[in-house]
Amino acid sequence: MENKKKKETARVLSQKELAPGIYDMWIETEMAKRAFAGQFIGVYPRDKETLLPRPISICETDREEGKLRIVYRTAGKGTKEFAGYQAGDETEILGVLGNGFPVNEAKGKHVVLMGGGIGIPPMVELARELKEAGNSVIVIAGYRDDKLFLKEDLEKYAGVYVATEDGSTGVMGNVLTVMEEKNVQADMIMACGPMPMLRAIKKYSRENGIKAYISLEERMACGVGACLGCVCRTKDIDHHSHVNNARICTDGPVFDAEDVEI
Amino acid sequence: MNTKVTIAGVEFKNPVMTASGTFGSGMEYGEFVDLNRLGAVVTKGVANVPWPGNPTPRVAEVYGGMLNAIGLQNPGIDVFLKRDIPFLKQYDTKIIVNVCGKTVEDYLEVVEKLSDAPVDMLEINVSCPNVKEGAIAFGQKAECLFDITSQIKKKAKQPVIMKLSPNVTDIAEMARAAEAAGADAVSLINTITGMKIDIHKRAFVLANKTGGMSGPAIKPVAVRMVYQASHAVKIPVIGMGGIASGEDAIEFLLAGASAVAVGAMNFVNPYATEEVVKGIEEYMNRYQIEDIKELIGAVRE
Repeated sequence: MENKKKKETARVLSQKELAPGIYDMWIETEMAKRAFAGQFIGVYPRDKETLLPRPISICETDREEGKLRIVYRTAGKGTKEFAGYQAGDETEILGVLGNGFPVNEAKGKHVVLMGGGIGIPPMVELARELKEAGNSVIVIAGYRDDKLFLKEDLEKYAGVYVATEDGSTGVMGNVLTVMEEKNVQADMIMACGPMPMLRAIKKYSRENGIKAYISLEERMACGVGACLGCVCRTKDIDHHSHVNNARICTDGPVFDAEDVEI
Repeated sequence: MNTKVTIAGVEFKNPVMTASGTFGSGMEYGEFVDLNRLGAVVTKGVANVPWPGNPTPRVAEVYGGMLNAIGLQNPGIDVFLKRDIPFLKQYDTKIIVNVCGKTVEDYLEVVEKLSDAPVDMLEINVSCPNVKEGAIAFGQKAECLFDITSQIKKKAKQPVIMKLSPNVTDIAEMARAAEAAGADAVSLINTITGMKIDIHKRAFVLANKTGGMSGPAIKPVAVRMVYQASHAVKIPVIGMGGIASGEDAIEFLLAGASAVAVGAMNFVNPYATEEVVKGIEEYMNRYQIEDIKELIGAVRE
């Protein structure tokens, strides 16, 4: 199978709003066949006022049917335009981008997935791949309130705990509150979410001797490692620029938490 | 049909190059385009030692373009010589190395280390708006530009292109200063200094506060400056600024550019460079242009 990155036209299959400002879009693209959990695609708005591809993580794949699902939050002009796409519309996408979660390393381990807010979508594909590989999977999903988007999708592949900031349902608090209150056992964590959550997970995993893989985000331009816009500080010298700056779009977005200074 | 152009004795198969900093050393976009189709790859700026660049956020989108403040992150000349040059030598394209520095000595060290390297030309970045330590001053004062150009020309084994900043009062004066100091060519425009403020956070979007603007929105400014510079000097001008298509490239050639470079549009369309090459050929076919040189500077008073 050809693994080269491409820019191509994809067809929108469906679109629906899962929660206020959270949209769920399935697209038809051959990229689905080579897309894995933690990777992302760049979606180009049509409006020529906006030029750059929007990095959006892969929520789920259907490799046989060549279908790919993205769940995204509307933040600016580009994502608001995407939210208006209907079945049959076409969209330009760039992919498949980034490295993805190391699913093979989870073999035989108690792996706990943690998703916070718009970091929850990639956990669906990750849970699916881990389950397919024979792992039993726990997901802790952290929401703002009781709009528990994707919870039922996660439950197809994993045991799910819910944390909410406002305590309206599940455990009041964040994903780590659940670890304590429910006494969840983990020897590996895979996580995606806002930076304060990822920092807390890094600290928690270090204190408890747990391996943690975290997915980072940053403002991106090219998405393919050329512009050096989306870097993060790394513990060791990076292989590209030799200055302790990894490129999130190509060296990541998934990193061993111990390798990055966040 | 002849698409070849010659600059300072170096022959390019076509006038399409990559704008420094938007194309790495070709490795990333080599997945999308055939580098053999390009007139030249102009590398990301390289300094005497590795530079970490600026804090993030380093990029922001603006109307019809973008701002960047990467701060010239690069691995330094030693890694570059071992890794990037051998990579580019696999292709049938010319190699132009963009050189950056904080002091004249920095530039000269890189230029000297490149003296035995199989590179075709040097492009000297004296116009990056995102590096604070004075490099920009070389590109904003004619006497400083003259001085650094003269010193580099004494050491350089390859022909030297001076990359000019648009953030000046009189681009013609800057082009003349480079020419008078012995530059073999000038390239322009580098990015236009800009700023974006997040009105919801009431804060600068870029960690560096300011960034260089590029993209289609700056193209008319670039065409105007290429026109002015090419009328001010006899040395060749390499034009860039928002080029997205063959038509855009033709516009720069007609304004007086001997070659063109594709920059930010690589991020928008990773196939842009090859499409510009094809677009130029289509234009030449359509108007039965035998030799591309007929187009260079063809629009004048």
